[in-house]
Amino acid sequence: MQAELIKRATELMEDGTVNRVLGWQKGQFVYDITPAVFTSVEDLKENFVYNAFCGDNLSKYLRAESEKEGKVLVFLKPCDTYSFNQLLTEYKIHRENVYVIGIECNGKTSGEDLKKKGIEGILDVEENGDELTVRTIYGDEKVSLKDVESYRCATCKSRKHVAYDELIGEDGDILDSHRFDQVEEIEKMSAEERFNFWRGEFSRCIRCNACRNVCPACTCEKCVFDNYDSGLYNKAAENTFEEQCFHIIRAYHVAGRCTDCGECSRVCPEHIPLHLLNRKFIKDYDALYGDFMAGAEVGQMSPVVDFTMDNDAEPSVVQKGGAE
Amino acid sequence: MSVNENKDWEPKIIAICCNWCSYSGADLAGTNRLSYPANVKIIRVPCSCRVNPMFVLRAFQRGADGVILCGCHPGDCHYSTGNYHTRRRMTLLFSMLNYLGIESARTRVEWVSAAEGQRFVDVMDGFVKTITELGPNRRLEDLRCKQN
Amino acid sequence: MAVFKIPYADLGKLFAAVSASEKLYLPVDNKLGQANFEEWEEGKEMSKQLNTVRSAKDFFFPQIQPLVKFRREDKKVDIIDIREESEDFVIFGAKACDVRSFDVLDNVFLAEPVDTQYKTRREHATIVSLACNRPAETCFCGTFGIDAAKPAGDVESWIIGDDFYMEPVTDKGQAFIDKVKDVVAEGDQAAVDGQIEKIRTIMGKLPLADLKPVDNREKELEVFNSPKWDELSSHCLGCGACTFVCPTCQCFDIEDFNAGYGNVERFRCWDSCMYNEFTLMAAGTPRKTQKERFRQRFMHKLVYYPIKNDGMYSCVGCGRCLRKCPIQMNIVKVMKTLEEDA
Repeated sequence: MQAELIKRATELMEDGTVNRVLGWQKGQFVYDITPAVFTSVEDLKENFVYNAFCGDNLSKYLRAESEKEGKVLVFLKPCDTYSFNQLLTEYKIHRENVYVIGIECNGKTSGEDLKKKGIEGILDVEENGDELTVRTIYGDEKVSLKDVESYRCATCKSRKHVAYDELIGEDGDILDSHRFDQVEEIEKMSAEERFNFWRGEFSRCIRCNACRNVCPACTCEKCVFDNYDSGLYNKAAENTFEEQCFHIIRAYHVAGRCTDCGECSRVCPEHIPLHLLNRKFIKDYDALYGDFMAGAEVGQMSPVVDFTMDNDAEPSVVQKGGAE
Repeated sequence: MSVNENKDWEPKIIAICCNWCSYSGADLAGTNRLSYPANVKIIRVPCSCRVNPMFVLRAFQRGADGVILCGCHPGDCHYSTGNYHTRRRMTLLFSMLNYLGIESARTRVEWVSAAEGQRFVDVMDGFVKTITELGPNRRLEDLRCKQN
Repeated sequence: MAVFKIPYADLGKLFAAVSASEKLYLPVDNKLGQANFEEWEEGKEMSKQLNTVRSAKDFFFPQIQPLVKFRREDKKVDIIDIREESEDFVIFGAKACDVRSFDVLDNVFLAEPVDTQYKTRREHATIVSLACNRPAETCFCGTFGIDAAKPAGDVESWIIGDDFYMEPVTDKGQAFIDKVKDVVAEGDQAAVDGQIEKIRTIMGKLPLADLKPVDNREKELEVFNSPKWDELSSHCLGCGACTFVCPTCQCFDIEDFNAGYGNVERFRCWDSCMYNEFTLMAAGTPRKTQKERFRQRFMHKLVYYPIKNDGMYSCVGCGRCLRKCPIQMNIVKVMKTLEEDA
């Protein structure tokens, strides 16, 4: 697939359709792939890479990239196209400056996901369809991609591209991957259990802001948590309140705009399941106001603001529905 | 907290009231010489949709045991649509707080019009009773903010 | 000094013996299989992970540290000193890289004016270091002259087969061994030497084994003005993951928390040069773009710090930032890119 992408990108660059390519760049190891802009065909041929470790959602970068001169070519996986649409809805991307190639995705993994399985000292990974052969300092290991794929990919909402100028590979379908199962499990707990569960998770938070900064929906010029005048300015959590406060506000600010791409959980150094907060909002407004998928179409109104005059759920539904 | 302290405990309730309906409702209660619990501290806002989630969280951080938000009845908002926004926002916020283990009974939204002095009193009586049964808020309080 | 050993399975006894008189912290796995330092209590086992997510700098330089309290009554302001003398404690199972990071931090916090809170914690700590049997591809401590096979600290230790070997290297270390001498036995020096040899062989085979730092102390401005920074920093998200998992990052901010009722608490917390409000002043921030902030971090580690500290680098090659950066941009890529330039 990598060769195919490079070939098409080269064509588009040579015929002048685009003047640069936003893609993924090789690193030291097989898995440490960095998003990068390629401005020459040589650079592209030498450093462009596409494999099972290309997890980054590149639509985040289009905000700045589409401001620049000339058209940029970008490769978007299905989940990234939702973020792309959502950013278009919010007028954050200049569509005319972007050429989107949708690419097929069969789930991604990461260095961290391999290490979670106890695989250390990774030197190289060979992809053979769904099977990965991992060469390590301590010997070779064979794993299937399904076993090591990121959690967000195991509960992928859709393999269908919702925005593209052209497509490489097959378009997929909207999936029913039981992505709300974990949310439901937590809802079934008692209030005390829920509190303890989240305290356990949030207490590991190091407030590195990676979840916020990687989020394609977090597009504020200045975040409230970075703004001394906001009254919310905070660099480190001193107690449980401040830990919870940051995560509630972060999730709330993207409610109705979160496309459930799972970047927040992917980047968390402490592997806090942040997507469970976002998914709770998604599940709630799906249940209360009808199914809504942010980014499915350009120009959709978020359920947080798209109220109806009558028959809207009253806040007291929380008391009636919530397990105590 | 020792048993002794518990005996003295009185719930602290923050009521955020919109200027046009609920605050006037509270006023009417006063003019009519109806009494509501002194635990309730009213904060006046121009419209219930002025309230952002941080108002609610901040109240809990600073030692509130319950937060109640009062606005005009749906359809009666002075700014036409403010309380419709409130309704959606707070539904989602309260659900999230509940999800994180903050008892849902600690947060409430009620619609009280300027003519409903008695209703204001009833709502506050009921809310104070609920919070008294629930006991002090431990899960969102900030120990640094304790008066000592 | 002599070598001591205890069966690995009996380590709990050793922990119990130490915990009787002082707190003992060791890496413990959480439910996700990630390790972090925790206080030992009955039933807790030492993690088998290569290293902890957070570094061991937390012991001496915690993320949040209250400094002083103010209380105002009428027109009078009381200043309440809340600093406390630390109690003795043991850090068990710190790796060579983290142990070296303490030296890096010492140069900052123990230089005049001495940071008293740091100093008291440092003085009361006994460090039991553990050699790395299975280093990862992200390890490059050798680059900075650190020997993962002889991890320094007060007591050095090795896991050899089913046994846990220890060798005190300082007086504090000897005192630690004295405390546990009922549960340990004399060990065999040859076994330790063999293990050291084994680890060094593996270290030599790591993919980053031949990475060498370039001494740029003379070329400060040249490196500063290198055109490479644009490209390197272009996709940095500006989060603080690298700085907060880094064992040597030592920037902090001092802030006040208004607790109401006339009480104000002053605390310090970690800060990250990657943040846009880092060193924010009345006149604005001195580093306006992410490029400048990104450059600051690596210039500090690879150029400014060595200039001030006789060529010692402010990186210990633990590899945490290699694993945790959301976009996998890291110090090794920076070093290699700058090297091409030189």
